Amino acid sequence: MNAAPIWAAFRQAFAEAWAGGAGALLPLGFLGGAAVLVPLGIGTESSILRAVGPGIIWVALALSSLVTLERIFQADAEDGTLDLWLQTGAPMAAIAAAKTLAHWLAAGLPLALASPLLALMFQAQASLDLIAHLGLYALGSLAFFFWGGVGAALSATVRRGGLLISIIALPLYVPTAIFGALAMTGGIGSDGAPMLLAASTLFACAVAPYAMAAALRLAAD
Amino acid sequence: MTVSTAPLLSASGLAILRGERVLFRGIGLKLLPGEAIVLRGANGAGKTTLLRMLAGLTRPEAGEIARPAPHHWIGHKEGIKPQETPCSHLALWAKAWGSSANIPEILEKMALTRAADVPGRYLSAGQRRRTAFARLLLEDRPLWLLDEPYTALDAAGKTLLDQVISGHLRTNGAIIASMHDTAGFPVTTEVTL
Repeated sequence: MNAAPIWAAFRQAFAEAWAGGAGALLPLGFLGGAAVLVPLGIGTESSILRAVGPGIIWVALALSSLVTLERIFQADAEDGTLDLWLQTGAPMAAIAAAKTLAHWLAAGLPLALASPLLALMFQAQASLDLIAHLGLYALGSLAFFFWGGVGAALSATVRRGGLLISIIALPLYVPTAIFGALAMTGGIGSDGAPMLLAASTLFACAVAPYAMAAALRLAAD
Repeated sequence: MTVSTAPLLSASGLAILRGERVLFRGIGLKLLPGEAIVLRGANGAGKTTLLRMLAGLTRPEAGEIARPAPHHWIGHKEGIKPQETPCSHLALWAKAWGSSANIPEILEKMALTRAADVPGRYLSAGQRRRTAFARLLLEDRPLWLLDEPYTALDAAGKTLLDQVISGHLRTNGAIIASMHDTAGFPVTTEVTL
């Protein structure tokens, strides 16, 4: 398999995410805003904050990952780049995966990096656990971006497709949100939760690119 | 040098529906090395759809297409990102296609040297077209599919493109182009949709 087009797609998508101002930081602002406003809304009782914190951060992470996804394939469909990627001879699934991964590195990884800091606002104890949580947030956000990418590919030729992306992607977010929050709250059955989170992320990475490729072919047809 | 006479593209019985309407049916084409086919037809006749079909982007409703040779595609949309300069655009596609072409030389040939470092969002329509055509020179591919190539080009740009196309035809390349104007290169066949 010729990897040169895949690598080129990755670099182009990464450059695009950062072009035209710090568009990639928009989800970060969204995540921060949600995490800052919730304690203001539910009061400062530290036991309550500690209990709801991980759940709130997972929800905020899921929703903020949707903010910029609309553009990753729609821009390509609008400017004609999609036609060129479809004709490189490289598997479209690999190109779609490369683009999604680049987008995740630019917009998703900063979300995961910020999440432990936001956990401190929910009265989480500063400990090594926070570093472990960073890994869980990173895994979870990767799944969010791949599932969101399927929604983005399906709505690539739809104007204002953001709503459509949410409707398609949110049900697919459910396993990740459940296992992610469970892994942190330590409830019943939480022992295997990190593994299940990792498994659901791997499943997303394995399946979503093919769905994206099929959707993008239809978008160009 | 032996001149190959195997067709670079052959298609038969092509048909396409757009919604409920049959745009065309029973279209057949055969393109040999050194030949140029020009597609003619009113707006909405299906020229772009036929070209996209020949490029493999659109699936035909009926008919078969054989395209044994690699091809270049230049559509209405140039495929240039707002942040890409002509230079970085060509560098990206050279990398994607594994081409080691001399990019400054290509930029000079397309008279884009002055615009080489201007981001896509500031390029004029004509400069964007020239950048797209510069992709044709990145890699030597026998078949070129061009959708209304003269659009947005000035007189000098048209002359330049005619030279590039004529050169391609002389070296046993072949093109299929949809057009409204008179072609400035030798046309083998005209197909009216």
